[in-house]
Amino acid sequence: MKKNLILILLVVLLAIVPLFMNRGAEFGGADGQAEEVITQINPDYQPWFSSVWEPPSGEIESLLFALQAALGAGFIGYYIGYVRGRKQAAEKEIHAKN
Amino acid sequence: MRMLSEIMKSSLKKIKLPVFIILYSAALLLTLPQNAYAMHIMEGFLPVNWAGFWFVLTIPFLILGLRSIQKTVTAAPSVKMLLGLAGAFAFVLSALKIPSVTGSCSHPTGVGLGAIMFGPLAMVVLGCIVLIFQALLLAHGGVTTLGANTFSMAVVGPIAAFVVYRVLKKTGAPGWLAVFLAAAAGNMLTYITTSVQLALAFPLQSGGFAAALAKFLGVFAVTQLPLAIMEGILTVVVFNVLTTYNRQELLELSVITEEVPQ
Repeated sequence: MKKNLILILLVVLLAIVPLFMNRGAEFGGADGQAEEVITQINPDYQPWFSSVWEPPSGEIESLLFALQAALGAGFIGYYIGYVRGRKQAAEKEIHAKN
Repeated sequence: MRMLSEIMKSSLKKIKLPVFIILYSAALLLTLPQNAYAMHIMEGFLPVNWAGFWFVLTIPFLILGLRSIQKTVTAAPSVKMLLGLAGAFAFVLSALKIPSVTGSCSHPTGVGLGAIMFGPLAMVVLGCIVLIFQALLLAHGGVTTLGANTFSMAVVGPIAAFVVYRVLKKTGAPGWLAVFLAAAAGNMLTYITTSVQLALAFPLQSGGFAAALAKFLGVFAVTQLPLAIMEGILTVVVFNVLTTYNRQELLELSVITEEVPQ
């Protein structure tokens, strides 16, 4: 478990370092940059379809992204708790038998 | 999901295989773009013919994926929850837009973990569900580019992760290293595929496909490199937890073998 904590810390560090390396940078999405390259290569290109629905604001968008992460993380937490309890119960049973 | 896959199965049985193959190749040819003058690819940002081409190319993988999930679950019903975990992992990771050294953001894909456990085909379905969610609710990626994005993130990525994991395991590499490199490779290959897709649709006037590919790789690949490392590490963390608590299921799925303790 200690090993895992160190690994998670490492991931956090990897995410923070770029913030200090590029202080002035915009940190926009890479997909937006790809869009720029497309318009550079082919200035006449018109997207022929636009999103069915767009989050009305940045706030709503981050709400939905947070919801997505929360749903996933919630399930992962539930599952790990479940298998941990299951293992402990199994071990207890073995001890009880001996 | 089971109902859907059953319908697909029965309809596949009705159409005889050769007919199906002929129809399929015809569809591929029809959608193969004639004039190529021309993260996830944004809505409307692939010309119609290319968007269609990637859809047609992806659909058989989706059908195979549904059947693969059905097979896995009937063989070992106890792994259903584990399958949910693989989906949840992809869900979380693809929601996290993380800053990178290039000064822009991108997100991991999270499909490597599931590909290692269930094989690449199962992840086609799970990855596609994540992409549909993001296209419909977040205006991230898109409905028209769903085929292309599923192909990169849920077909190529998982296959890369699966192959790297199995090959490294065979050569006797330590388990954690195999998991790390597999997940990182799945992540990188996803975005390399995206670059290829964009370069095919938008070749440069001078230099053509190769020059355009270099441009798009410049946007995606460098940004993605640290994220691939992060995804590798996070996958190792979850895998560590699973080998502690889920030995039995992982053995059943022959992801790990008895004589190689983690």
